[in-house]
Amino acid sequence: MSTFPRPGFLAIELDGAGRDGADLTRAVLAAESAGFHVATFSDAPAPGRTNALQRAAFAGPVTRTIALVPEVDTVYTEPFHVSTQLASLDYVSLGRAGWIVAAAESPEAAAAVGRSSVTGAALGQEAAASIEVSRRLWDSWEDDAVIRDVPTGRYIDVDKLHYADFETPAGFAGAGYSVKGPSIIPRPLQGQLPVLVPASLLGEVSAEAVDAVLVSAPSAELLAAEVRDVRARVGAGVATIAELDVVLDARGQAAGSRVATFDGGRAAFAGSAAGLADFLASLLAEADGVRLHPASLFIDLEELSRLVLPELRRRGLLRPVVQDGTFRDVLGLERPASRYASATAAPYGAGK
Amino acid sequence: MTQHNRAKSDVFVPSGQIQFGVFFQGVNSGTIWKAPESGSQTDFESFRRIAQTAERGLFAAFFLGEGLRLREHLGRPHALDVVGRPDAQTMLAALASVTENIGLVATQNTTYNDPADLAHRLASLDLISGGRAAWNIVTTDNAWTGANFRRGGYLDHADRYKHAEAFVETAKRIWDSWETPDGPARRVLHEGQHYTVDVTPLLPRSAQYRPVLFQAGDSPEGRNFAARQADVIFSAHPKFDAAVEFRKDLVERSIGAGRGANAVQIMPASEFILAATAEEALEKKDWVRNLQIGPQQAVAYLEQFWGRELSVYDPDGPLPEIDPVVEETSETRGSGFHGAKARQLADQWRAEAKDKGLSIRRFVTSKTARIDSTFTGSYTAVADQLAEYARVGAVDGFNISPWLIPTGLDDIVNHLVPELQERGVYPTEYRGSTLREHLGLETPERTAAEAAEAVRA
Repeated sequence: MSTFPRPGFLAIELDGAGRDGADLTRAVLAAESAGFHVATFSDAPAPGRTNALQRAAFAGPVTRTIALVPEVDTVYTEPFHVSTQLASLDYVSLGRAGWIVAAAESPEAAAAVGRSSVTGAALGQEAAASIEVSRRLWDSWEDDAVIRDVPTGRYIDVDKLHYADFETPAGFAGAGYSVKGPSIIPRPLQGQLPVLVPASLLGEVSAEAVDAVLVSAPSAELLAAEVRDVRARVGAGVATIAELDVVLDARGQAAGSRVATFDGGRAAFAGSAAGLADFLASLLAEADGVRLHPASLFIDLEELSRLVLPELRRRGLLRPVVQDGTFRDVLGLERPASRYASATAAPYGAGK
Repeated sequence: MTQHNRAKSDVFVPSGQIQFGVFFQGVNSGTIWKAPESGSQTDFESFRRIAQTAERGLFAAFFLGEGLRLREHLGRPHALDVVGRPDAQTMLAALASVTENIGLVATQNTTYNDPADLAHRLASLDLISGGRAAWNIVTTDNAWTGANFRRGGYLDHADRYKHAEAFVETAKRIWDSWETPDGPARRVLHEGQHYTVDVTPLLPRSAQYRPVLFQAGDSPEGRNFAARQADVIFSAHPKFDAAVEFRKDLVERSIGAGRGANAVQIMPASEFILAATAEEALEKKDWVRNLQIGPQQAVAYLEQFWGRELSVYDPDGPLPEIDPVVEETSETRGSGFHGAKARQLADQWRAEAKDKGLSIRRFVTSKTARIDSTFTGSYTAVADQLAEYARVGAVDGFNISPWLIPTGLDDIVNHLVPELQERGVYPTEYRGSTLREHLGLETPERTAAEAAEAVRA
């Protein structure tokens, strides 16, 4: 590992905005102009919370640099729909889409769609299957499948479309299923969207299937150690993203007096902007990125924008944001070839 | 069953106005991709351009279709027509941020969605867009489409409207579940043959109460479904006399369903080929038809009914003398399976083509072009024609399928709309901020008893 780690990136969870469009636009533009690299959109069921993928899609045309990453469930949703929706998000954001894989134990979500509740290791199996379906469908159109060849009258080259032919593996805990393919939409602009999973799903979901892992710890003190643990498990090829709740001194009020409790058992930082900058600096020495969950979106975002991010940039700890770049660019990932293309395009023996 | 509590007049009153919607078609041979000015079918810019042009022309709504499996031809994906399109609601959510007024209509299937999930997503789109969302309700019943979904092909053809209606009823109960616009939400239960729903909805009513419901489907079953459930029906009857006839039929069905004569609006699908003069418009029509059905498309069209390759046949020659190799036609070009007797159809078509002296290409064009739904002519002549529709209330509007993306609405907005406005039959501003307001639909209302019944299932 290099002595001088690559500068890190910052994500912000925009929960708290988005019941209507104007509010959502204000939040995402504030996050983008503050210099955040990534905006995430929670989809856990909560009163008044609109669909995360649609909030991300709404934000697409009004932003230029920030990656838009919704949480999308894998257990009670149709993998074919999920894949198509995420590919479409990549189109409307010009390649800035990603996916936080959710697989929550939720009897309510099961009852809503009339299925029996999935628990334990089976959650990870559902997530792994759904990721595999999406990845195959995203590859199912080779990049140059649309040819628009007027002399032969062909809009597409059929040889560059592929059936996904997915089947749930033997020993699959839930109801097995298959997905035929190909996708209904051409390959996403990024080829493959970056896939982020919470560390709790690792195991059933293999490190090879994901691009980044969201790492939580019960306290701020333990967070860097937890990141090191996960890094040791997944290797350097998968980004680590530390999860941090944040409440800052703001508008003349001390952080401690602003908020009583955080939910979800994440590590929390409460204090001054300068203190947070120092803490993030130490955290970014271990993690590739940090995702901040502000206690109050607009209040804390203002402090982050005014004081924290400029300080981190001054210290050279943040990657530059790239206008019209992709989310893969933020993560330092190459654009992959379609798995189906490499099989046919490369001559025998040249593929390895 | 939920009943709408509105003034149930038994007398149809024409509004004297027509409205436009635009249907960004995506997959089919109707969209020309071979012309130099044909743009991308998937880039966001194409969608933005069409939606913003439509909004400049005060269109009521922007429509997207839904794809659930790629169309196939002789066992492989069909190569000749435009194919590949984004997810409807994802695209519409993005368009919501770059438009202000136009309605956003997502075609969504009842067969391969879950009611609670779909109702939630549509409610999201409705809230994010400030009350501009609508759902175009469609059904599928074939196992071929089901191969992409966990359920597989589980639904019999005979059951599909029954299934769809239970689905829509459940969605409405979910949207109605907030006791007041602010809450609290009541639990919604449904136990049926195909699915069970037990959900306490999370989203409040939107600015237009709930998404507007569109429905297409011309069979008596489909019309009854629309009369009971929909706000707007896409008819397949744009020709004047047929439109008037369809209006009468639908008014009777709406009264029969207890919803009153004006409850369901009618918007036939249509295509416009316009120019400054009638002669230019006719020339343009030839150009459009030639690019829609090229020689390869013409032969491929027959191949799907013959069930065999016919590429040795000259598109400018007569129909093939050899017979189909299949018993029944299987038009696997989407969700439709025609199921006609192939041999009988071939005989009939050969006779018809010979009779009219048509080549393969001209015959196929006659079968596939939107003959009934195309308005061809000068801007002024077509405006006069449409004014007559408005006067008698033959339709409430037209759902226009542009044959060119992304510039295909330009001449309609620049030339036809002003002519219609001069005649006083087209809006000169948006009536409000929601789709329901643009269309002049009444807000759903429920009595307390209906509300209670709605959640009991």
